[in-house]
Amino acid sequence: MADVPILSLTTFLPLVGALFILLIRGEEQNVARNAKSVALWTSIITFVVSLFILTGFDPSNPGFQLVEEVQWLPAFNIAYIKGIDGVSVWFVLASTLLTPICVVASWDAVEKRVKEFMIALLVLETMLVGMFTALDFVLFYFFFEGVLLPMFLMIGIWGGPNRVYASYKFFIYTFVGSVLMLLAILAMYLTAGTMDMRVMVDYPFSSNMQIWLWLAFFIAFAVKTPIWPAHTWLPFAHVEAPTAGSVMLAGVMLKMGGYGLIRANIQMLPEASFYFQNLVFVMSIGAIIYTSLVALAQSDMKKMIAYSSVAHMGYVSMGIFTMNQQGLDGAMFQMLSHTFVSAALFLCIGVAYNRLHTREMAAYGGMAKNMPRYAVVFAIFMFASVGLPGTSGFVGEFLTMLGAFEANTWVGLFSATGLVLGAAYMLLLFRKLFFGKLDKPEVKAMQDLNWKEVSFFAPLVAIVIIMGVYPASFQNVYNPTLEKILADHQASLRSAGLIEAQPTQTAHVTQETASTAAQGQPVADKASEN
Amino acid sequence: MEIAAIFLPLLGAFIAGFFGRLIGDRGAQIVTCAGVLTAAVLSVLLFTEIGFGGHEAARTIHLFTWIDSGTFEVSWSLRIDTLTAVMLVVVNGVSAMVHVYSVGYMSHDPSKARFMAYLSLFTFMMLMLVTADNLLQMFFGWEGVGVASYLLINFWYEKKSANDASMKAFLVNRVGDFGFALGIMAVFVIFGSVQFDTIFAQAASKADATFNFLGFQVHALTCACLLLFVGAMGKSAQLGLHTWLPDAMEGPTPVSALIHAATMVTAGVFMLARMSPVFEYAPVALEVVTVLGALTAFVAATIGLTQFDIKRVIAYSTMSQLGYMFFAIGVGAYPAAVFHLMTHAFFKALLFLGAGSVIHAMSDEQDMRNMGGIWKQIPVTYVMMWIGNLALAGIPIFAGFYSKDMILEVAFAKHTGIGNFAFWMGIAAAFMTAFYSWRLLIMTFHGKPRASEKVMAHVHESPLVMLAPLFVLATGAVLAGIVAKDWFVGHELAEFWSGSIFMLAGEHGTIIDAAHHVPGWVPYAPLVAGLTGIALAYVFYMFAPGLPAAFVGTFKAIHAFVFRKYMFDELYNALFVRPAMKLGFGLWKVGDVAIIDGLGPDGAAKVTRGLSVVASRLQSGYVYHYAFVMVIGVVALAGWFFLAR
Repeated sequence: MADVPILSLTTFLPLVGALFILLIRGEEQNVARNAKSVALWTSIITFVVSLFILTGFDPSNPGFQLVEEVQWLPAFNIAYIKGIDGVSVWFVLASTLLTPICVVASWDAVEKRVKEFMIALLVLETMLVGMFTALDFVLFYFFFEGVLLPMFLMIGIWGGPNRVYASYKFFIYTFVGSVLMLLAILAMYLTAGTMDMRVMVDYPFSSNMQIWLWLAFFIAFAVKTPIWPAHTWLPFAHVEAPTAGSVMLAGVMLKMGGYGLIRANIQMLPEASFYFQNLVFVMSIGAIIYTSLVALAQSDMKKMIAYSSVAHMGYVSMGIFTMNQQGLDGAMFQMLSHTFVSAALFLCIGVAYNRLHTREMAAYGGMAKNMPRYAVVFAIFMFASVGLPGTSGFVGEFLTMLGAFEANTWVGLFSATGLVLGAAYMLLLFRKLFFGKLDKPEVKAMQDLNWKEVSFFAPLVAIVIIMGVYPASFQNVYNPTLEKILADHQASLRSAGLIEAQPTQTAHVTQETASTAAQGQPVADKASEN
Repeated sequence: MEIAAIFLPLLGAFIAGFFGRLIGDRGAQIVTCAGVLTAAVLSVLLFTEIGFGGHEAARTIHLFTWIDSGTFEVSWSLRIDTLTAVMLVVVNGVSAMVHVYSVGYMSHDPSKARFMAYLSLFTFMMLMLVTADNLLQMFFGWEGVGVASYLLINFWYEKKSANDASMKAFLVNRVGDFGFALGIMAVFVIFGSVQFDTIFAQAASKADATFNFLGFQVHALTCACLLLFVGAMGKSAQLGLHTWLPDAMEGPTPVSALIHAATMVTAGVFMLARMSPVFEYAPVALEVVTVLGALTAFVAATIGLTQFDIKRVIAYSTMSQLGYMFFAIGVGAYPAAVFHLMTHAFFKALLFLGAGSVIHAMSDEQDMRNMGGIWKQIPVTYVMMWIGNLALAGIPIFAGFYSKDMILEVAFAKHTGIGNFAFWMGIAAAFMTAFYSWRLLIMTFHGKPRASEKVMAHVHESPLVMLAPLFVLATGAVLAGIVAKDWFVGHELAEFWSGSIFMLAGEHGTIIDAAHHVPGWVPYAPLVAGLTGIALAYVFYMFAPGLPAAFVGTFKAIHAFVFRKYMFDELYNALFVRPAMKLGFGLWKVGDVAIIDGLGPDGAAKVTRGLSVVASRLQSGYVYHYAFVMVIGVVALAGWFFLAR
């Protein structure tokens, strides 16, 4: 396997599929059917191929692996470099897994321009995988921007009634961020003399320069993540996007922000990250509390889930900048968990929307009676979103809170309010959809999940439960990498004189006297006296 | 054997839940009942093995790693020691009885399989809670029982009141969990682990440690213990976070018996007992626990005096009894608290199931004002309710007598102001407990029938499948105290608990030892209070039926305040619920739409559009406009050129 450029293969296979779809000619119905099956098969094959990345990946090695390097513009030190480490490997797999699910989910939901829709979906996959595997900044920027186009089209063409406003808002927001990032990349290139991200990670940029670079990158990634207050594009984009668009958006695209924060801000700009830590904490807490409250006020179910995404990503940004093992680990896990949980929740909403064509919660009610299977699936993902122990949502949320508590108890305290607020809006949503009397005739006529829907919910349910019960299996893959990132981070802070020579580990407990405790006696010892 | 005792209910829940339609209602009932009954038998075997096997019998079974993040390592494990074994018997025992009872009680309900699956799921989660060997697994069970409780309260999901009650239960519990989660984090920061053995080994050495919490340098263990106690307050309905418990009575009655009387609500007591090695070094935290427990016991009892819904009276009684357990823990008498937990599980489950039998007989009527005069029609239920109430009121021979007496004695033996406060609150509550228990008995069973003739014609004794569990629980309510008192709080205490509960010993031994040396009148005080309460109830409700109304008329304002449950619901709605909704709406409309979008993308778009309008106006097409602007420009440039030089 060593010779096969597996990363490039995974990246460009969907593009090949898209080319095939482009060539399909004939009657509209046939074209649609063939386009769908080509897209399905392409995405499934891509997923299978991407599994080989996991088998070829050595979790104990914290560096970049499966590296492919081809000279591109040698005069400018720009090359085609691909590779993965513990941070990126799961995101590649998440992208390749969600794409076939999206194809199935749009099977009947998308009715116009099916061919073009499938092409957009496959191109999106290529861009996402390319972004997560790129190790050269030119390549990284190319794919990072490339993601915008298919998503912009998906919202603008297949979206809801207000789609034009939503797609422009989405475009303007993310584009402003990207331009700043491009400037930062150019500045780094002029200083370091290469576009190789592996070199950048170790390159000591001056403290002053780090501040500016950090801000530029942060704005770009804060928009993508999104971190409050740069989040207002997200609810509109989600509400107007077709189900598959929402799934890809919430599932993978938001993770580009978190991935970038770890890769660029933490790894390349450690001193500035330290400097801005409190700023990020404030913004993350803002995201958690503010957007949770806003979610509580929504009557549009998709908007509510969109706001909940912002709140959940608040835990991610908070966890990343705690800069300790639990926080960073939790942030990674939260991103992975959110990938599947939010994707599944948007799919769930798609189920209801496809049948009744409204997103108003008030139009539903009592569905637990006629759609029990749907209710069970929805309930599982609701509890995962609420962070119930035993589901994937808990592990990430708890670890990030723990990390925050170690870094600063105030942050831990405020982030823990998400436990209550998060439960409030999800239970409200569930109640409005599923409980109460089943008295609306059009709701009564809705059919329970069909086999197609069951087929894409089943793997998601399994993943969410496995991640909740045995998260160690996922953590083991990325933890060696995180440990190295943290060690490097601490080392550069120490050399810059920002922290003491000995890293302060978790406990800030000060010991005074330990002798007074001696009178204590377990019950068993009393036995001898009686 | 341990694994079977714990995972059989899960298996039952899984089969009944996902294949309920396949195996039918009867199949689901058989599967779940068989699972829990087997588990109950195994639990009794385990209990005898561990409780009387000494130190060596306790063990921990490691299953597999759960979370592994740097120094934060947590495993799924089953810790079986005496404390766990006691809880296993209580949980599996009561659960098995409730399962069997439900077969009869829910016989007219269309979704029997779902109900049985939820019950078994709850049982499993509760078992995970009591067998945890670390705080995080306990949190798993803790949240798991919360979900099961949510599902069961909302079992009749078409009822709006059930929807409200279930959401309230979940959210109020989440407020408690907020404290619990922070407590776990604090424990991890202090001890570097959340695993019990590691924590307990270090507890003594951290007795004087301080750490920085919210910018203050605070006593570490007190802080951690208080945070954990917030969690316990939520789950065990202590004053302040209790508002969900009475509303939870919306669920079917077997649920109230299992979850909201015998097991789940005692989880807080269990948690504090389990953490006894840490709490013993946090005396301030224990004082807070004592005061809140005593207040809860008192306040809940006063509310219980005024309610008319038969289930709500018992619910407030539960809350009051939980208060007893907490102040027992507060004075450091963990074994006494667990003893009361155990006896209370039997007689309170009996009372609830008995009340269920009454409700069943009265065609789902729950208001005691519409009952009366039915004791001859349902004599067995009547006797069972008598046994339950005798145990609750603390009449000798019955179980409650031994445990409640013990609690009041330790409170007195503490010889501190707070201990005395708890003691007198407890005596007052004991008096009120007896009063409302007999008020319930008399209003429900005696006097003239107040129900409609149609209902009265239909009054019937419950079938054997419902009565048999009552017999079992009644046996427990009679015998549990007298049989178990030597092990739990008597001479064999140390051998029995064998280190699973920790008590600091003072000069005169532990608090339990001290309780054996209280003045002679103390053990009789609760009995006297109880008998007075019973006598007074007879006077009020049997011999002089006009008295209650006259009494209420005299103290109208106070009665109204107590009857409306001290206005907690109104207060919380005004303070938290409505402001949160308003704040959410305000942040959305003002924060997101007006400020962020207004100044951000929409604002930028508007400015661009405005500028383009201005710019386009410049292109008027008249040559003299252009010429004018040109001249102005030349003049300005020339002027700047000369003046700047």
